[in-house]
Amino acid sequence: MFQTPDFKNNSYENELPFATRVLCAIVIGALGFGLIAALILTENISSSLPALVQQKLTQSGVQNPVTAVLLNFRSYDTLLEIGVLLTVAVAMLPNANFNSDINPDMPGGNRSSGRLVSVVNSAAGNPPLEAFLRWLIPMIIVMAGYMLWTGTALPGGAFQSGALLAGAGVLAQLSGRIQFCFTSTTAKLLLTIGLITFVMVAIGVATTTGVVLQYPLELAAPLILLVESAATLSIAAILLLSYNTLATQVFESPSEHSTFEHSAFDKQPSDVTETSAPNETLQSQTAEDPKS
Amino acid sequence: MNFNILIDSCLVIGILTLACLCLATRNLFTAIVLFVSLGLLIAIAWVRLDAPDLAIAEAAIGAGLTGALLLATWRQMRVERAHGDADSPKKSGGENVSNP
Repeated sequence: MFQTPDFKNNSYENELPFATRVLCAIVIGALGFGLIAALILTENISSSLPALVQQKLTQSGVQNPVTAVLLNFRSYDTLLEIGVLLTVAVAMLPNANFNSDINPDMPGGNRSSGRLVSVVNSAAGNPPLEAFLRWLIPMIIVMAGYMLWTGTALPGGAFQSGALLAGAGVLAQLSGRIQFCFTSTTAKLLLTIGLITFVMVAIGVATTTGVVLQYPLELAAPLILLVESAATLSIAAILLLSYNTLATQVFESPSEHSTFEHSAFDKQPSDVTETSAPNETLQSQTAEDPKS
Repeated sequence: MNFNILIDSCLVIGILTLACLCLATRNLFTAIVLFVSLGLLIAIAWVRLDAPDLAIAEAAIGAGLTGALLLATWRQMRVERAHGDADSPKKSGGENVSNP
């Protein structure tokens, strides 16, 4: 797989030479001061854009100027943003292993299991955390819904609401009781629904107004809400997928080390049986260590 | 007016201090915690700049989820190091290994 960078914690070994560091400091300092000076010297440009947005706000279907810019006036940018997020999700999906090593008793430990959320009953629980999460997670979900709804008039919107939902998912996963399987069909649907809805709306409005992503005036508000709801689900799923991948990912190195240990074992006259799972190999290595 | 200036200057000093500390520290865990604190202060700064949308996004994504991602990566790296150190005595082979 990818080569993981070797970060050495609290070590002074891999430092650059002193002269190089001084040179870097001078260059970076000069660049920083140049940027600060440029910022100070630049005159305050009075842009006409805020006034223009306020003037056209009644045609956008929403009352919040930020949402109006993001979902109506410049919705092409938001469409591309969701596309970028989906690309991230696609890049991460191969690593999103549904780790049956961690929870061997899981129902449907294979990747093709069709359930997005599964409850782990065998996991060692943390009762205070679970009791707290039972209160907290529904509140977060309601808050996310509120933030999505209020995004049309007040600060809020799809990204904030999606991040809240993903936070609820992270908390649920941290409790150890809930596991998400992002290779299931439901998860794939959730990951893509934002982009699919956005593109369909973009093409759909083009048939009536003639321009892609130009909403008809009377339909602007419901269409924006539809796009935002779908985008919220997708953003939450993608953020949760990235956390899920990092939190449960098993890098290649354990298996590499297991092969290394096999070769080390070959020199010793030990009767280690050949095991398929690298974990057992590691444990037999642990058992052998004190003798050698 | 004076009160506002006081708050703003505290924010600026705090953000700069936290940013410098976050870059200067050698402990990765400390750096992550400092980064999350920096994100929270930046969220407050966005509120002070009358950009509540950005403040919510920064607090939720910048401070919350990025912190969770960084901590997950940090934990993964620690597990990997526990696997990788052949010289050090292993306890149970790391956190990812299930005990039969």
